[in-house]
Amino acid sequence: METKNIMIVGVGGQGSLLASKLLGHLLLTQGYDVKVSEVHGMSQRGGSVVTYVRFGDKVYSPVIDKGEADFIVSFELLEAARWLPYLKKDGQIVTNTQQIDPMPVITGAAEYPEDLVNKLKSTGAKVDALDYLSLAEKAGSSKAVNIVLLGRLSHYFDLPKEAWMKSLEANVPSKFLEMNKKAFELGKNCEE
Amino acid sequence: MNENNGRQLMLGNKAVARGLYEAGVCFISSYPGTPSTEVTEEAAKYDEIYCEWAPNEKVAMESAFGASLAGRRSFCAQKHVGLNVAADPLYTMSYTGVNAGLVIDVSDDAGMHSSQNEQDSRHHAIAAKVPMIEPSDSKEALEYTKLAFEISEKFDTPVLLKMCTRVAHSQSVVETGERIVPDKPYEKNIAKYVMMPGNAKKRHPFVEQRTKDLIEYAENCPLNRVEIGDTKTGIITCSTSYQYVKEVFGDKVSVLKLGMTNPLPEKLIKDFASRVDKLFVVEELDPIIENHVKALGISVTGKELLPIIDEFSQNLIAEKFGIEKEKSFALEDSIPNRPPVMCAGCPHRGLFYTLKKNNCTVLGDIGCYTLGAVPPLGAIEMTLCMGASIGALHGFNKVRGAESEHKTVAVIGDSTFMHSGMTGLANVAYNQSNSTIIIVDNSITGMTGHQQNPTTGYNIKGDPAGKIDLEALCRAMGFNRVRVVDPYNLDECDKVLKEELAADAPSVIISRRPCALLKYVKHEAPLKVNKEKCVGCKSCMKIGCPAISMKNGKASIDNTLCVGCKVCSQLCPVGALES
Repeated sequence: METKNIMIVGVGGQGSLLASKLLGHLLLTQGYDVKVSEVHGMSQRGGSVVTYVRFGDKVYSPVIDKGEADFIVSFELLEAARWLPYLKKDGQIVTNTQQIDPMPVITGAAEYPEDLVNKLKSTGAKVDALDYLSLAEKAGSSKAVNIVLLGRLSHYFDLPKEAWMKSLEANVPSKFLEMNKKAFELGKNCEE
Repeated sequence: MNENNGRQLMLGNKAVARGLYEAGVCFISSYPGTPSTEVTEEAAKYDEIYCEWAPNEKVAMESAFGASLAGRRSFCAQKHVGLNVAADPLYTMSYTGVNAGLVIDVSDDAGMHSSQNEQDSRHHAIAAKVPMIEPSDSKEALEYTKLAFEISEKFDTPVLLKMCTRVAHSQSVVETGERIVPDKPYEKNIAKYVMMPGNAKKRHPFVEQRTKDLIEYAENCPLNRVEIGDTKTGIITCSTSYQYVKEVFGDKVSVLKLGMTNPLPEKLIKDFASRVDKLFVVEELDPIIENHVKALGISVTGKELLPIIDEFSQNLIAEKFGIEKEKSFALEDSIPNRPPVMCAGCPHRGLFYTLKKNNCTVLGDIGCYTLGAVPPLGAIEMTLCMGASIGALHGFNKVRGAESEHKTVAVIGDSTFMHSGMTGLANVAYNQSNSTIIIVDNSITGMTGHQQNPTTGYNIKGDPAGKIDLEALCRAMGFNRVRVVDPYNLDECDKVLKEELAADAPSVIISRRPCALLKYVKHEAPLKVNKEKCVGCKSCMKIGCPAISMKNGKASIDNTLCVGCKVCSQLCPVGALES
């Protein structure tokens, strides 16, 4: 099998680390070779963060390069736009429509581009954009947005649901398990 | 779930820690530094290994040396620039050799994700004449770590284990094994371990012979391997570059993968070169392998094709070798950058606001507070290396005298001060410059992800430990003016800063409040903007808090970020930011 590439992007502190951990665990249980790559340190301080998840028969590079991502899962709309050049021609974007102003926008040095969802779609890219944050709140906590997004990703993936559930159980504290299961279902079954 | 045995996904740094466990390491002393920090953090989770955070890399390495001397396998870890601090013991440990195995992790940061320079640590291995081995993924990180101890003991040398950001911070599949603890007795040996000239002169020939022996080892060792594919193109590579080469070419080229990058083999390279039509070296940063190959009289292409700056990727390799890749999507809009910022509620913010307001010249240091250099605060004017703020301030004031003494300050964190600020402070006290040093004490080593240090009162496991009293230390070093301020209190900060800058004696201001991200720090309720009162003057925007933005001409507070520090409300002229 050719190596598949998933990028998880967002803003430092949004919970992308748990998402990549869960995904890595899941893919390993499915018998794939897996590599997950992230950057720590300076970039976490509210900066743009990216995690690469790659799986297949044999994975070499730990990073995903421009034009290679089968999926970009984005926690924030501007970040989906930032990493768009990394999407494969037939790749799929799954993005939360939440907008978080970066410092240059806050200080007035730059503007947050308007109507980004339509602009993303008009490039010809496949874009699944929704207010996944409100689905997380519906599940019980805004912090569950990472699991809502994974639920949505599972919609595009041919993997058994039990496997997803097992990885959820292995990676989420038991007291938050029910809420996260609900978050997963809401993401998986929502209508765009 | 039992993760102790079998196939599992593991961070490169965690794989090194696992290798340390399996190799029977008993002692680890390190100073945190991205991307090396997690090795020591993960190792500390094994009860069988004694782990600690040392005040700096030099002390860490000397402690690890002592443990090796005493007969137990030992280890220390640091980032590339940390090895500069520890270079002094390293270069002479090359002469003494070791008793039990001693391995030193040095993590480079090509691409400078979290560093102040892009140095190539392989130069240290060459200059210190010690072996260096370089894993290219987590599996190798675990295996090479164990092998490093065998090399260390067999050849009587410290061994450098070179990691890089992409190996340290990526997870790949590993297989784990059991822990075996070797034990060597300590034996007095003055000729080997007392490096005064008479003894060192006798050890230098040993070092040179050892390098010859290591070259012999490198010719056939399991760290260096040839993967013969199509022989039109041969590529010599190492570390993460190997992964990019394989990603692009698979088995379509022949590869000599070097897991040991110092000393480099000679016969192996000559033999490989003779089997391929055209030879390349693919290595990040400096042309170390390339120069070695050229010195062997072999024609090779390296840095004339591939950059000396920044990290590599598969697309870069493909492009440089003339392989076209499909173009992807692009937006016409420019996407605003999202640089790292001080967190909402960061105690450094109030201090930097005060420094900027007083038009101070700020010589900075290494830590989260380096972000005081970015807009809108833009307060820091120099950052060099750990501890440099104080040394530089002393020199600055000595040559500029009164014109700078009353407006120039050094800003240094609690952990950085312990690391190498104290000697700078001793110089100010001794050679008497009228300097004002500000220690920003957020009670943790922040930037690297919350490690304890000698001022926090806790050790690496979070248990109570010795605690250095900063005020008492500064007074004991000869400072009569030592003041403590709360950086959330802007009036107090302003008053104390003005007084200490005006004083005709050196002073230390300790700006003290714990990092807002520490678990024990209780947050206040988020502030609310009273839209009736807010006049949209943007005074609250001057501090660059990510929780504050302007919406429809009025200030707006993101209540998921705001921790209620009230620094912004002290700037509001109309009292619109309410608790």
